[in-house]
Amino acid sequence: MAEVIVDEKGKGGKKRAKKVVPRLDMTPMVDLMCLLITFFMLVGALSKPKVMEIILPERIKDPSKVDPPRISASRTLNILLGPNNKVYTYPGSVKPEEFSAVPPVLPPLAETDFSAQGIRKVLLERNRTLAKRIAEFNQQVLSGKIPISQDSARNAVSKMKTDDDTGPIVLIKAYKNANYGNFVDILDEMNICGIARYTFVKIAWYEERMVEAAAGIAPTAIASAK
Amino acid sequence: MPKIKLPHRSPHIDMTPMVDTFCVVLTFLLLTSTMTQPEPATVDTPFSISEIKIPDFNAMTFLLAPDGRVFMNIDNGPDTILKFRPKILTEMGKRYGIEFTEAELRNFEKQKSSMGVPIIKMKEWLNSDDNNLKKALQTGIPMDSTDNQLANWILYARQVNPAINACIKGDTETQFLVVEKLLDILQEKNVNRFSLITTLEEATVNIEEIQQ
Repeated sequence: MAEVIVDEKGKGGKKRAKKVVPRLDMTPMVDLMCLLITFFMLVGALSKPKVMEIILPERIKDPSKVDPPRISASRTLNILLGPNNKVYTYPGSVKPEEFSAVPPVLPPLAETDFSAQGIRKVLLERNRTLAKRIAEFNQQVLSGKIPISQDSARNAVSKMKTDDDTGPIVLIKAYKNANYGNFVDILDEMNICGIARYTFVKIAWYEERMVEAAAGIAPTAIASAK
Repeated sequence: MPKIKLPHRSPHIDMTPMVDTFCVVLTFLLLTSTMTQPEPATVDTPFSISEIKIPDFNAMTFLLAPDGRVFMNIDNGPDTILKFRPKILTEMGKRYGIEFTEAELRNFEKQKSSMGVPIIKMKEWLNSDDNNLKKALQTGIPMDSTDNQLANWILYARQVNPAINACIKGDTETQFLVVEKLLDILQEKNVNRFSLITTLEEATVNIEEIQQ
């Protein structure tokens, strides 16, 4: 905000004491205030952190009265959060006679990480149809082909997720050495890949063994195994 | 006819009204902006693509420090008359047989940052002016099965303000065991919906990659 300063041309002739109106140059003050306002507006609008919603299934007080939900093993994908920011996955489930056998017969774990080429690829591979539909829908909303409000678009996506019956059912389990960042990262991956059905469950002792075997750490004492 | 000669003047613009308006706007922004309170433990939140903003009111925030300490923060509610914080503290005091004075309750109401003080040390914490001592008292809220004060905080917070939501603010490096314990306690109290506080991050999935 510069100011044009033009020299006042004094007329020649008699020199008289001029009446000078005391005028303060406000320009630097305005400049400064402009900066401060911009700063406070940005700080006020941008500093707010975001939240990610997660709903866990209600705790069943008496498990003997309620049957556990039945899910098909072919659609199940188990994700185990391991130590050192590693992720292990295995499809399907472990049958009781397999892990109680001595030595237990356990499915091999596939090791990945949190990069775009790691777990995201695994999830997209299994969730291809739904992820494709959501991505195309979002593209069409963005390009204006489907005139729809933001809330309705969100509802449409969640409708697509409810109707989907081909995508994986992801069970997330955390080994005790995993950290909170891993947990948030994996939930974030679920949102990125548009996984319709996922939940967080407690890790079973044989799964702890599987992670320990895969990560090469000494197994925990037998006392912890129930 | 001779031209009317206008006196030469420098093109001065009077900035005073502009300064006035700026002053008003600046004061407004200064007053409305909530200063981020220094938390008792530094926490680096993980990243996510979620764009939902954190709620202003009706939130109980659990701060999980990387060293395993758990802090809690409750807001006063959407209206200052509601005074949720002192009410919750009174209930907690009744539960543990501690009576808090008016001044202590007012002090607790004004606290903006999270607190992680065992209830026995609460009086000492509220009455002290020494910042170092206050910091030393913040040992995290006990949540063992023998002395589960966190569960009681949750219980009374939900009794006083039924609309309260649970927000979890954890450090990326926080051990998952701490998080799991907190989730367990919350689920025992029938809280099944959580908001995890994260920082926004961009992530893209291209359709071509999926089509492969």
